[in-house]
Amino acid sequence: MLDLEFMRHAFGAGIIVGLLAPAVGFFLVQRRLSLIGDGIGHVAFAGVALGYLLDLPLVLTALVVSVAGALSIEALRARRRTAGDQALALVFYTGIAGGVVLVSAAGALNVNLFQFLFGSILTVTRSDLVVIAVLGVAALLVVGVLYRPLVAVVVDEEAARVGGLPVPWLNAATAALAAVTIAISMRVVGILLIAALMVLPVIAAGRIAWSMRSTLVMSMGIGLASVLVGITVAYYGNLPPGGTTVLVAAAAAVLSGPLGALRGR
Amino acid sequence: MPLALELDGVFFGYAAAAPVLRDVGLTVDRSEFVAIAGPNGGGKTTLLRLVLGLEQPDAGHVRVFVDRLGYLPQRAQSGVDAPLTVRELVTAGRAPRTRFLGPLRSSDRAAVREAIGRVGLGDRPDRRLTTLSGGQQQRAFIAKALAAEPELLVLDEPTTGVDAEAQETIGALLQQLRAELGMTILYASHEFGAVERFVERLVLVRGGIVFDGAPSQLPGVWHDPSHAHA
Repeated sequence: MLDLEFMRHAFGAGIIVGLLAPAVGFFLVQRRLSLIGDGIGHVAFAGVALGYLLDLPLVLTALVVSVAGALSIEALRARRRTAGDQALALVFYTGIAGGVVLVSAAGALNVNLFQFLFGSILTVTRSDLVVIAVLGVAALLVVGVLYRPLVAVVVDEEAARVGGLPVPWLNAATAALAAVTIAISMRVVGILLIAALMVLPVIAAGRIAWSMRSTLVMSMGIGLASVLVGITVAYYGNLPPGGTTVLVAAAAAVLSGPLGALRGR
Repeated sequence: MPLALELDGVFFGYAAAAPVLRDVGLTVDRSEFVAIAGPNGGGKTTLLRLVLGLEQPDAGHVRVFVDRLGYLPQRAQSGVDAPLTVRELVTAGRAPRTRFLGPLRSSDRAAVREAIGRVGLGDRPDRRLTTLSGGQQQRAFIAKALAAEPELLVLDEPTTGVDAEAQETIGALLQQLRAELGMTILYASHEFGAVERFVERLVLVRGGIVFDGAPSQLPGVWHDPSHAHA
């Protein structure tokens, strides 16, 4: 399996995505913004469509449009002019509708969009892998650098603000990290399923971990294992890797309940 | 004694509703321990939020002359679903003062340890919050508010929902913080009993400030619970 270049690319991208998605999702789940990943995923679809229309690298257009969408959701939420879920709905549906219109305008409706929606192990090119690796490692570094202030914000946003932390900037950074994660994950997991990889490993880890930090580390481990198993199953079963990866993560979330209970939590 | 904070002619109302506070003037010196008392809905929490900069007055001025603020919100609880240890909670309170990059400095670790020790949880820093009693959890949240070594500590109903023994512990702790560190403390509560013994100044808030002085000078009529809701 690893003799094949496209599989090495898929695993390379999968390792980055498997570690990054739960690391960023961790902060979204704690802030009860689990579904924001879904909304940004739909915006990323508009970015893919824009890439087709302008004949630009799709990961980069998806990245730019996702970051813009994520920052818009955060700005609407922060100014309290719109409730969080309404802001999400506005950006979410604008993204998917805009995507359909743009794809159609590009004459690309016949393109195999399925692979962007649910991932494909065949589509990670060498240049994709470079972009995914550079952005993924950078995003993981940002999570590491901002870990303490981000935890302070999720534990109590107002107390963090009173203490003098730059809370609006930290929230914008979280939104931007979510957008980067989604843009670089769409090749492997697909934009309809990436949000699941940001949330399910965190839920699983939260049920068996003993502290905040151990939850983060375990969720990254579960995310990584889900992607590696998911890609392997996808290869042998000729299945979309997004589906197989998320099913593995979902199984981990379901099994973690009884496991946590056994440990007396 | 230099001022810690000053409110001058402050009016505040939540959008479209009747004003919560009208023409509030208040000055607090550094190292003062002030109880903010009054009925529920009287504007205590709003007054604290104005001091903390979480709300902006519709009219008037709020000035705070110290840099480091610590805040214990009403019914404090962790906003997270993940398991959270006492040490992690208190470290989150220290975050405004830690550097972003690299491991915690030894001074930060010492400050976290000291805050946990002060509230009497020094023997269980790695326990998860959910395994502690209500009173112990409240003390952990006080330690979080102390971790950044605030000059002004603002506590909103810190003794509500905790047992009498924990109330005593919290009161004694605040007295000690003020005596040893010269901390300025604003303490809001709708129960007089829990605060009266620890403070020499009591501010009664009911849409505005209706009394400001020593608890012993408080007119008897305000002790009458029926009056508080009149």
